[in-house]
Amino acid sequence: MSAEKTETLANGNTHTLSLLVENKFGVLQRVAGLFSRRGYNIESLTVGPTENEAYSRMTIVVRLEEKPVEHVVRQVQKLVPVVEVRELKPHDFVERELMLIKIKTPEKNHAELRAIADTYEAQIVDVSPDALMIEATGTAAKLDALEERLGAYGIQELCRSGRIALERGFKTLAPPTIK
Amino acid sequence: MAKEKMTGAEAVVRALELEGVDVLFGMPGGTILPIYDALFRSEKLRHVLVRHEQVGGHAAEGFAQATGRVGVCMGTSGPGSTNLVTPIADAYMDSIPLVAITANVSKPLIGTDAFQEADITGITMPVTKHNYLVTDPEDIPRVLKEAFYIARTGRPGPVHVDIPKDVLNMTIDFEYPESVHIPGYLPPVRGEPRLTEAAGLVRSASRPVIYLGGGVRHANAFAEVFEFCELVGAPVVTTLHGKGAFPETHRQCLGMFGMHGSRFANYTIQDSDLIVALGARFDDRVTGKLSTFAPEAKIVHLDIDPAEISKLVTATVPLVGDLKSLLPRLAAEVRKAFEERGKPDLAAWWKKVEAWREKYPLRIKQEGEKYILPQTAVQRIWEKASASGRALVTTGVGEHQMWAAQFWKTTKPREFITSGGLGTMGFCLPAAIGMQLARPDALVVGIDGDGSFQMTLQDLATARDHDLPVKIFILNNLFLGMVRQWQELFYDKRFSETPLSDCPDFVKLAEAYKCKGLRARTLEELDGVIDEALAWNDGPCIVDIRVKRQEKVYPMVPAGAPLNDMIGGE
Repeated sequence: MSAEKTETLANGNTHTLSLLVENKFGVLQRVAGLFSRRGYNIESLTVGPTENEAYSRMTIVVRLEEKPVEHVVRQVQKLVPVVEVRELKPHDFVERELMLIKIKTPEKNHAELRAIADTYEAQIVDVSPDALMIEATGTAAKLDALEERLGAYGIQELCRSGRIALERGFKTLAPPTIK
Repeated sequence: MAKEKMTGAEAVVRALELEGVDVLFGMPGGTILPIYDALFRSEKLRHVLVRHEQVGGHAAEGFAQATGRVGVCMGTSGPGSTNLVTPIADAYMDSIPLVAITANVSKPLIGTDAFQEADITGITMPVTKHNYLVTDPEDIPRVLKEAFYIARTGRPGPVHVDIPKDVLNMTIDFEYPESVHIPGYLPPVRGEPRLTEAAGLVRSASRPVIYLGGGVRHANAFAEVFEFCELVGAPVVTTLHGKGAFPETHRQCLGMFGMHGSRFANYTIQDSDLIVALGARFDDRVTGKLSTFAPEAKIVHLDIDPAEISKLVTATVPLVGDLKSLLPRLAAEVRKAFEERGKPDLAAWWKKVEAWREKYPLRIKQEGEKYILPQTAVQRIWEKASASGRALVTTGVGEHQMWAAQFWKTTKPREFITSGGLGTMGFCLPAAIGMQLARPDALVVGIDGDGSFQMTLQDLATARDHDLPVKIFILNNLFLGMVRQWQELFYDKRFSETPLSDCPDFVKLAEAYKCKGLRARTLEELDGVIDEALAWNDGPCIVDIRVKRQEKVYPMVPAGAPLNDMIGGE
C-alpha cells in the first residue's frame, strides 16, 4: 500500500483492536511485548475487567505503516491467553475516552471555562483559587477539540485514558465456547 | 485416577512419566534440588547429566527432531535457566516441540534480587510458544499437561515452565488431568479450504515447482508429500529443514534452494509460474530480495500457522491446516482436475530445468587440488555413512553446515538435523547426543566446524559417560569460516578476528575426554580415517579433518540480492 493511499483513509492507518484475554498474570506483558518486537506502534492500550471475572478486555489502537492489520490480528491470536481478537470496523463501534485536564488560571476566568466545559458536556471536578480541573469523556476527536480550545488558558497537566470500544448491535467478542 | 498426596517436585516427575518421557537432559543446582531428589527415586525416567544447560537444551532438540516427540530439558534458577535461553530460542525459530523446566527461588524471595534469581519467564516470553510461572502447587499437573500439549500441537514449539522452590516442596493432591481446556488456543479455521481453486492452479501451471519446508517433518507428512509430489510431477525444491521431506536422490528433487542453494534450484524457482509451498515460511535465506522473488509465480501456501500466510509473500490461495490431513485432500482435488482436464504437459519445463541441472551442477573441484576440499570430505563421509542405511546427520552452523546441506543427499525423513532459524553455533555435538539417545541403532554423524565445535565441546564428557558412538567430523579450516567468507567478499579481505589458532589439538582433546581422536591432513589419509571413525563403536569419535583454509561456499546469493543473482558455482 503506498503512503498516499494510506493517508487518504478516514482513520489514517490506525486500527482499533478489541481483545478478550484470560485474566492472568503477565498477559499485558505478553501482548505489549508482541507489539514491540514485531514493530507495531501502539497509539493507546487500555485493559480492564469484563462481565466475566475470568477474562479481561483490551482495546488497542495500533498505527501501522506498511503491514496490513490482518498480520497483527493473526500474531495476537497466537498468544495462548488471547481468547479472541478482532479489528473493530470504523463506524461499527462506539468508542469513548476519558480525559482529566488541569488549567492554571485566575478565578476570574472560571466562568468562561465553565461555559466551554458545558459546550463539550464536560465537568469541573476540582476548583482552587488559581486552578481548576475538567473531566471530559467522548471520542478522541472530541477530546482533541476540547484540548485545543483549552490550550489558550494554559494547560498544567493532562491525562487521557486511551480508547475503550465496543461493537454496535448484538454481536459480542466472546466465542460461544466460553459464554 | 485416584488422588495421591505428593510434593510439587514429585508431581513434576510423575507428570513427566505420565507424558511418556523416557529421556531428559539437565543439570541440578541449589534451587531445583527437590526435583532432582524426586528424580532419584524414579524408575522410568532416564536423566542425562550434561556439563552445561545449553547442551541439555540442544540435546533435547536433537531428541525431538529425531523422533517427533517432545524433548525435555531442565535447569536450576538464575544461570541454570539463562543458559537454557539459547536452545529455547533455537527451538522457537525451528518450531521444535520442547518442554523446558526450571526452578526459581522461593516465592518470598522473588523480586528481592536473591542469590541465583532471574526473571526467567520474563526473559523467555518472546522466545517461547508459551511459558508459565507456577505459583500454586496444585497447578503443577495441569500446567505440565498443557505444556506438553501446547509444545506438540499446532505449529510445535518450546514451552517453558518455571516453578519456585517452595512450590516444589509443598504437598498437593495429585491428579493428572485427562484433557486440556485452553479457551484461546488453536481457534478453528474459518471457512472451507479453497482446495478446488488450488488444484485448478496446479492443473493450469506450465512451470510449477513444489517448495518443501520443515513443516513436512513437524507434520510427519512424509508419505503424503511423496505421493503429492509424484502426482504433480513438478520439480521439488527444499529448504534446509525441508531436507529429508522428499528423497534428494529422486529425479524430481533439485535439493536445497536459497542463499547457498544450487543454481539450478534457484533458477527453477525464479522462473516458475506456480509455487506450491508446503510447511515453509519464505525465510529471507530462501527468497533473496523479496520484491524480485519468483516474479511470475502464483503461490499456493499450505501451512498450519495462519500468521505465516502472506507474511512475506502474498499467497494466491492460502490453505491453513495440518499438512498430514489437508494435503491428501488437495491431492484428491488435483487428481480430479487431472482426470477431467488431462494431466498438464511439463515436458518443456523439465527440459529447461534439466538443462540448468546439467550446466550448473554442484561441483567439487578437487582435481589438482593439494589440500582436502571440505566438499570432498562431506561427500566421502556421506557415501560411506549412508551405505549403512541407518545414518543420521547433524551439523554446527557455518560453512561446514552449508557444505553438508549441499553434498549430504538426504533420502530419509529426520535424517538431516540442524539449527536453521536461529543459526546456533555449537549445535552439533549436543544434537548428536540427543539423536543417539533417541535412536540407539542409528549411525549418528556430526559435521562440524572448528569454531562451532569449540562452543560446546565440554560435553564430550556426557557422550563418553553414556558411551554414545557419535562420530563428529570437524572440517577444520582454522577460521570462523562463514564470517571469513563474508569478509573476503564484502569487507575487502579484512579478516577481523576470524582466524582461529591451531588450538586445541582435537586428537589430544578427544583422548583427554577418553574418546577416540583421529586426524586427516591429506587426501590420501581421508578415506582410511573416515572408515576407521565409522567403524569405531567404543564411545564418541572426533575426527579432525584439515581442509583447504580459503575454500568458500558457492554458489552464493549475497544478502539482499535477487535469488538468481548468484556468485560462483558456474
